[in-house]
Amino acid sequence: MAKRDRLSGNEAVAVAMRQINPDVVAAFPITPSTEVPQYFASFVADGKVDTEFIPVESEHSAMSACIGAQAAGARTITATSANGLALMWEMLYIAASSRLPVTLAAVNRALSGPININNDHSDTMGARDSGWIQLYGENNQEAYDNLIQAVKIGEHPDVMLPVMDCYDGFITSHAVENIELLEDDEVKAFVGEYNPDFYLNDRENPISVGPLDSVSHYFEHKRLQAEAMKNAKKVILEVAAEFEKLTGRKYGLFEEYMMEDAEIAIVVINSTAGTAKEVVKSLRAKGVKAGLIKIRVYRPFPVDEIVKALKKVKALAVLDKCDSFNAAGGPLFTDVTSALYGRADGIKVINYIYGLGGRDVKTDDIEKVYERLADIAKTGSVGEIYNYFGVRE
Amino acid sequence: MAYNLKEAVKRPERLTGGHRMCAGCGAPVVVRTILRAIKPEDHAVIGSATGCLEVSTCLYPYTAWKDSFIHSAFENAGATISGAEAAYNVMKKKGKIKGDIKFIAFGGDGGTYDIGLQSLSGAMERGHDMVYVCYDNGAYMNTGIQRSSATPTFADTTTSPAGSVIPGKTQLKKDLTLIMANHNIPYVAQSAPIGNFKDLHEKAEKAIYTPGAAFLNVMAPCPRGWRYDTPMLMQICKLAVDTCIWPLFEVENGKYKVNYKPKNKLPVEEFLKVQGRFRHMFKKGNEWMIEKFQKDIDEKWEMLLKLEG
Amino acid sequence: MRRKLKLSLDSDVTWKEISPGGVISEAGNAEKFKTGDWRSIRPVWIVEKCTQCMLCFPVCPDSSIPVDAEGKRTEFDFDHCKGCGVCAQVCPFDAIEMTEN
Repeated sequence: MAKRDRLSGNEAVAVAMRQINPDVVAAFPITPSTEVPQYFASFVADGKVDTEFIPVESEHSAMSACIGAQAAGARTITATSANGLALMWEMLYIAASSRLPVTLAAVNRALSGPININNDHSDTMGARDSGWIQLYGENNQEAYDNLIQAVKIGEHPDVMLPVMDCYDGFITSHAVENIELLEDDEVKAFVGEYNPDFYLNDRENPISVGPLDSVSHYFEHKRLQAEAMKNAKKVILEVAAEFEKLTGRKYGLFEEYMMEDAEIAIVVINSTAGTAKEVVKSLRAKGVKAGLIKIRVYRPFPVDEIVKALKKVKALAVLDKCDSFNAAGGPLFTDVTSALYGRADGIKVINYIYGLGGRDVKTDDIEKVYERLADIAKTGSVGEIYNYFGVRE
Repeated sequence: MAYNLKEAVKRPERLTGGHRMCAGCGAPVVVRTILRAIKPEDHAVIGSATGCLEVSTCLYPYTAWKDSFIHSAFENAGATISGAEAAYNVMKKKGKIKGDIKFIAFGGDGGTYDIGLQSLSGAMERGHDMVYVCYDNGAYMNTGIQRSSATPTFADTTTSPAGSVIPGKTQLKKDLTLIMANHNIPYVAQSAPIGNFKDLHEKAEKAIYTPGAAFLNVMAPCPRGWRYDTPMLMQICKLAVDTCIWPLFEVENGKYKVNYKPKNKLPVEEFLKVQGRFRHMFKKGNEWMIEKFQKDIDEKWEMLLKLEG
Repeated sequence: MRRKLKLSLDSDVTWKEISPGGVISEAGNAEKFKTGDWRSIRPVWIVEKCTQCMLCFPVCPDSSIPVDAEGKRTEFDFDHCKGCGVCAQVCPFDAIEMTEN
């Protein structure tokens, strides 16, 4: 039986963690993710979970302890943001290559410098090639639902990869919204027990983890890791289907909003989708064939599915809440355009960098993007590909 | 149970041959001794910081470890093993593990005194039931003998070369054992491979079976980096303790005990002169270096005796 | 159902068969790797002089002085002994001599 509540994104994620009842949580405070371990520590203090909580002295140690715990046979969760994720960097790669399905609540915040505590996606976007599965959520409900699914996805025998549950700092993490929660026993049954085939704490079958891997075998290990990421797509959909049966809430690789007959569209990630949907709605009311795609699964990147969804679009804008500093375009833009290349070549695609360091995203800004797309669709003339909105010119 | 070498040798060998450490390396000697202190019926989960020990003992598809072993990175052996220990506590509580598991992390001086100090400090402060063992060979040997904060003053390394202007490493060696003692953990000790290995074995046993966090700092000579005649491993260690350059002591619940006080405290030259890394100290005109080295060691030794009270 | 982790020691193992994450499930299999051929000098155990004091045993970096069930040392493990000579140095009875390999 679902129950309605009003929670912030962080609190919802902490509740999901309590319901999952992981074996180990190791975390370090950093705004805006701090509340996650904070709420969770009180669950531990009040005996509401069986978890060993490790209040580590840094995020590097948080991920290191998670790796040690997960390798030892424990289901492990952590949370962080921005510089904390950056400090984990080395260990992100090691968690993935060691095939340890650690779960991480990644509360998106601008990565220094200069230091800024507000939301953009420069933290997790930088980790896009670390070998982690990345799920993104628009609001507290999705952050909650994605965390529960993340555990099951990562631990699937065909995957065995760590998963990030990414959601926007403050906008989602701190804003209180209505939410539908599962019952504790429903979550427990959904995630099941973590029973890895091999783990350090298996007295009867000792193993060695993290060897020096030389020229003779390293490449084969990386190739196998790449295959796990390919397998993840199927598993993510299977888990979503099972989750839908339980909750009625439908999840895919991305959400298509009014895309059936869309001629102009944007691709966007996280909370901005909420704002942009309002714009699409008002454009539709005016007869404009506007649509939107909100990415949920960014790693693995759903190439074929995105192409299929965008095939009929004439002009497309990809919105990146993160710059790549490559003098060419943001990360999502790069992924979308390389997906389209050779598969749907006729589509005109432009890129907007927006919202850096928590800069407000206004419906006006997004309307202007659609206006420009309408113009491109009409004239066929693209103009500048790499653009910004919301910055003072 | 009192230490008896003839009994100790009957314990199972937990580190096999076939690892790739250099001939005569002190580190595997230290590791074998520490692992012999584990009761035969207990399983161990062993971690290692990146370094000689790690890359030489666990090189895919081979492992020299009979127990479970994990390496994740250079600066985090403390945190990694603390995670495994936390996992054990929960799994044991849930009835998923029968029998006992002991948790031991190894790191060289680079991985312990320097890059791994924060992770070590955190793990010890949190009081995980684990032992962190530093095998101190006084430099980054795995990457080719670069100076660390454990390198002794004046030692010639590839990043503190004894040049015509700068005479090797100019700084004092960091006193890590005392830093760890000030973490107020139940057991801290400094040891070395000496004689019949009583000192190291007993300290390892205490460290492993004292509930809570324990730290061992163990001298592990490196023939390549120290440039001494390889078979001299045990003589070098003996000279280190007889000159009081590497005192054997322990701190049990805050109480200091110096385990060995040489009747005839040897001059530091005895230790320095057999190693190529200190050769420049014996050149004419460099007598001041030996004098300074002796003075520093004497002061440290006096301080340690005072701590013992 | 416990899945089998295939640990192939062959250098021609394919990516489909290799152990995920590089996990090594055969504890202590480094014994199969022979480091004995690193040796340029070799220890000779002179049984008549040996008193079984066991001081040589703990100084071996390569775990190459095997001990039998009674706790007595036996012949060197020449598959792994690298010929460092530390054992010969510590023997109080000159029961180990280093000779050309």
